[in-house]
Amino acid sequence: MLLSDTDETAILVSARFTFPPNVNALVLQKAQPPPGWAFCVFKIVSVDAMGKATNLRDDVASAAVRAVNRVSRMTGRGSGTVIGGRVGIKISPDLVTSLSRGRSVLLVSGTNGKTTTTSMIVAGWGVPVTTNQTGANMPAGHVAALVESTSAQVALETDEAWLPATLATTGPRVVVLLNLSRDQLDRANEVRQMAERWRKALETHDDPRLIVVANASDPLVVYAAEVATNVLWCDVPTTWLADAVSCPKCTLAISHVGSQWHCSCGFAKPNNITTLLGDELVIDGVTVALDLSMPGEFNRSNAAMALTALHSVDVKLDEAVVRINAVQSVVGRFSVRRWQGHVLRLLLAKNPSGFEAMLATIVNDESDVWVAINARIADGRDPSWLYDVPFERLRGHRVYCFGDRRLDLATRLDYAQVEYVIVEDHAQLPVAKDTISLLANYTAFSDWLEKSEP
Amino acid sequence: MTTICVLYPDLLGTYGDGGNGLAIYERARRRGLDATLVQAGLNDEVPDAHLYLLGGGEDGPQSLATDLLRRSSFVSRVRDGAHVVAVCAGLQILGLTFCVEGNEEFEGLGLVDVVTGRGERRSVGELATRVGSQLLVGFENHGGRTTLHAGVEPFGSVVKGRGNDALHDGYRTKNIWATYAHGPVLAMNPWFCDEVLATVTGRELEPLASAADLLYQERCRVLSN
Repeated sequence: MLLSDTDETAILVSARFTFPPNVNALVLQKAQPPPGWAFCVFKIVSVDAMGKATNLRDDVASAAVRAVNRVSRMTGRGSGTVIGGRVGIKISPDLVTSLSRGRSVLLVSGTNGKTTTTSMIVAGWGVPVTTNQTGANMPAGHVAALVESTSAQVALETDEAWLPATLATTGPRVVVLLNLSRDQLDRANEVRQMAERWRKALETHDDPRLIVVANASDPLVVYAAEVATNVLWCDVPTTWLADAVSCPKCTLAISHVGSQWHCSCGFAKPNNITTLLGDELVIDGVTVALDLSMPGEFNRSNAAMALTALHSVDVKLDEAVVRINAVQSVVGRFSVRRWQGHVLRLLLAKNPSGFEAMLATIVNDESDVWVAINARIADGRDPSWLYDVPFERLRGHRVYCFGDRRLDLATRLDYAQVEYVIVEDHAQLPVAKDTISLLANYTAFSDWLEKSEP
Repeated sequence: MTTICVLYPDLLGTYGDGGNGLAIYERARRRGLDATLVQAGLNDEVPDAHLYLLGGGEDGPQSLATDLLRRSSFVSRVRDGAHVVAVCAGLQILGLTFCVEGNEEFEGLGLVDVVTGRGERRSVGELATRVGSQLLVGFENHGGRTTLHAGVEPFGSVVKGRGNDALHDGYRTKNIWATYAHGPVLAMNPWFCDEVLATVTGRELEPLASAADLLYQERCRVLSN
């Protein structure tokens, strides 16, 4: 409860917030709250604690994470994960490290499929798992997740750029490297640099027990992972290879023949494969009965890598696959929602490779398709990537254009000779009939998830 | 017949640069002009074309593309008057030197008297430049600072963003247009696309209404504020 509340400070005591057992109260310095906020914390001034804490600083930081996130949720601002994490790291910079100690951490990174694969690992493990379900995949989100649950099993989706730092701070048992392709180039600049940074991080990582589960079909992932001591190579279908035409080692052309690839410099697809996904999934010589509820070839690849990771921490494959098969949707992705009488299937597609994969799930039946595009910070400010998406495949459909950048989308569709409607006013939408596929990039997807209903 | 060739989309196609070939081909096709769009990959010979399009790419692919072009017929074709629209890395490749990782002075094709050094920081963001009476709008993402030597005209003067040096963007020679506005700059700027098409085909073009008009108006409104 709020014990005292003046203009400058507030004192929180543990009746209302779950503090560690040795912490009684927090004294907070307040800041001017933004409109709509009940109050706003500037910093934590002091802590009233009892007993002898082994690491008081971390306990306080953890308590602060919980308290701030709860306030953030109570005031209705966001899902309350990132802001508390930031406060916690400010108090104790090594918080991720101390919260990870003694736990089995699995990290999942890559351009596409992070959230889905992490969710599959959580579902497949069959025990309570600490995870960052909201997609807050940088240190602040990791801290929030590690504080909220005490489970010894941890699965963290990790932003590609933060993977090197997170490897060092969490000391994971397993890291899953899904794929690397162009995404948010205004933020990440160049995808080959990302592969280089992953490689450096794995090369200098000093824990010989680390297991790397890596996609052998993606040359950039192989370039990053080949320096690691223990790699479980997964041969899974990977359609987007436009970013790996020139060899990451020598820049010459990589030849792709069927599912094989090699460069004249000797860099080639690894042949010591652990996991093979064709019509059947085989992990370590054992056939696994993969039969997903979620659509898409890419989700089969995600599941194969999730199962390989679980297998490496001794989860029984035959039991894990049953649990993964049952997953229907992941944080709204692939879910069927209702909005103003329309029935929508929500598909998240953030970048060219993701879009290409999602377009492949749209049935060729002349149905209407809705597409929503934003270019906010979380999406990447530059929508040029729309020209890397094979929208020509939507010829025969009428496409309704939504989102902040609907004119960029309409222009792209116009040049692709796809029939389009720029939606300025919802009254112009046709009367609802069948389920409509709605493809949206990151923030547009969140907007639609929020305004639609189950 | 007018041949439009997108060069090395597999090396220089990082930022949706394929959109430029698509836009100019489509605007020709809709006017009933006889045009063809071809792509030359890194294992292909550079074909004979009236217009070549060069896009953006990362350091490794950029230097590889430069070496491939150096050994091809591209340089002599451009000296003989073939037209080029070069964006981002493409702009740098046509010059005397540029920087790539591990090499501060990588030799360019020397078709235009410009040099590109490393900028103090990366230029990432919306770019708007004034070209004559028109506004050119787009997005830039590069680490270069390009200096034009005497006698080389810039393509535009910077209104928003950085371009070559925060004052000017790109360059314009008799048969080359170069800008740091990458990716679908021809798709976003219908006037620019039509200027290139009219020059390459030697024809006067009727106006052509398209979705790009609305996009262009919106971007001009946003970027001139």
